[in-house]
Amino acid sequence: MSGPHSIDIDYVAQLARLELTAKERERFSGQLGDILQHFAQLNEVDVSGVEPMAHAFPVENVFREDKSEPGLPPEKALENAPRKRNNMVLVPKVVEG
Amino acid sequence: MEYEAVIGLEVHVQVKTESKIFSSVGVGFGAQPNSLTDPVVLGLPGVLPVINREAVEKSIKVGMLLNGSIPRVTKWDRKNYFYPDSPKNYQISQFDRPICSGGELEIELKGPSRNVMGEHKTIALTRAHLEEDVGKLIHLEQESLVDFNRAGTPLLEIVSEPDMHTPEEAYAYLTALKMLLIYGEVSHCDMEKGQMRCDANVSVRPAGQKKLGVKVEIKNLNSISGVRNGLAYEIERQIQVLLGGGTLVQETRGWDAAKGMTYHLRSKEESHDYRYFPDPDLMPVRIDRRWRERLRASLPEKPFDRQRRYFDQYSLPYTLTSVLIPDPELCHFFEEAAKRAKLPRQAANWIVNNLLGELGKAGLTLSESKVNPAKIAQLVNLIEEGVISKNLAKERVFPEMFKTGENPAAIVQAKDLGLSESAEELEKICSEIVQANPDTVAEVLSGNKKAINFLKGRVMRATRGKANPALVGPLLEKLIAEKG
Repeated sequence: MSGPHSIDIDYVAQLARLELTAKERERFSGQLGDILQHFAQLNEVDVSGVEPMAHAFPVENVFREDKSEPGLPPEKALENAPRKRNNMVLVPKVVEG
Repeated sequence: MEYEAVIGLEVHVQVKTESKIFSSVGVGFGAQPNSLTDPVVLGLPGVLPVINREAVEKSIKVGMLLNGSIPRVTKWDRKNYFYPDSPKNYQISQFDRPICSGGELEIELKGPSRNVMGEHKTIALTRAHLEEDVGKLIHLEQESLVDFNRAGTPLLEIVSEPDMHTPEEAYAYLTALKMLLIYGEVSHCDMEKGQMRCDANVSVRPAGQKKLGVKVEIKNLNSISGVRNGLAYEIERQIQVLLGGGTLVQETRGWDAAKGMTYHLRSKEESHDYRYFPDPDLMPVRIDRRWRERLRASLPEKPFDRQRRYFDQYSLPYTLTSVLIPDPELCHFFEEAAKRAKLPRQAANWIVNNLLGELGKAGLTLSESKVNPAKIAQLVNLIEEGVISKNLAKERVFPEMFKTGENPAAIVQAKDLGLSESAEELEKICSEIVQANPDTVAEVLSGNKKAINFLKGRVMRATRGKANPALVGPLLEKLIAEKG
């Protein structure tokens, strides 16, 4: 797929740690390309003089006071872990800087 | 060829709060693994993070202490990556609207000796942004263990410009930054507990060249001297590669403190594409003028400003200030004593040279000291008023005061340590000593001036140290001259 709003589907899949079949690659390329097309359309709107916003709702300064409460007990926190040891999640060794 | 290094530092500091940045579970170090988590920290489905006001306020204060620009609006973004330290596959951080932009930090380089102040410089900063800390990995032979206790701790990343040129400057930068953050009460900055962590970017270029060399990032620099040593090694390594005709590659290297060398971690090609986007769960924060002013009013005097004031206001020598300044609690103690002491400089002397020494020997902290600022001031005044000699104050009064917390005036009275006031009595004692030591007197008269010290010692012993040394010398000289 190539075009003004094509997407590098292999790169995106790699970033998302997804292994795609040829069929999926084609389908998702089309769908993601459509999304890019949609945003390209939005980009055409003249927004000069409009203050950028980070959120759809004009709500700001939603805070939590700094008070601590008990969290989850370790056994509960680790309930979904496929493997565990000494109250920690056991994962394949991945070393990264 | 001469080479010049260019260094920039990224310092991560845990902001001092009771609870995590986006949820209410407590923060802490050394707790049982995975005992400080909750659904938000673990990124379970359906949770909603809400930002901790204290973490935001303290970060703004840091920005102000660093003379940075605090934006009207700041927001949070998702930094996407896959790694087991982040349970939700993204870290909530700040991308294009950080809580502080620009700024600078005053640093002091090492002086020519311990008694002489080093050169001061200002290092330019890029930004500071507030994010969540991630979990901790413990690497075993085949597998890794994940502890999420640290995840969600408020973490402020302070990024400098590539504005430093020597490992010593980087060392001074971290020392100054730590001091400033401790003054601001925004972080404990204990590097051993991971409350302050540092990565360094370093490149070398021929001296005089404008264009930057190939940049290497060093990770795991987990002590202030580690930063200095890691940089020193890496700069030398890069220069050697270039001198040998080799080329440098952009890479990330780790610092092995035990081996004293850096090692390859990953190259530029493997670097990340984080695909930042605004976090839809979090609302932007608007920092209005009133809030700004309130925070500005709560800022402490900065360490180097305080040091300059100590020079001006109390005429303290550099050596005393260099002990006092890094410790705000000690500074407060000194200033309280200085308010009451006739000679503030002497109060500083007693605190730095005697009190700290005794506390160190006893293994006590300043807050456990039985000696308070008022007692230090009283001791200084007793000496200044000529009530006791400095020697007795040091040898008899101070140790007693340290042990019992008794007032120095009460100790002087109880032990009868006051200088003998009667000149007549003193003259009588001196006269007796001169009579009893004709050989020494003859020696002094024959030109050996130092022999008089023996007589002074005799007088001191006879008066149990209570004689005023300022009077004893001239008096003895007069009596000896009469013999001649």
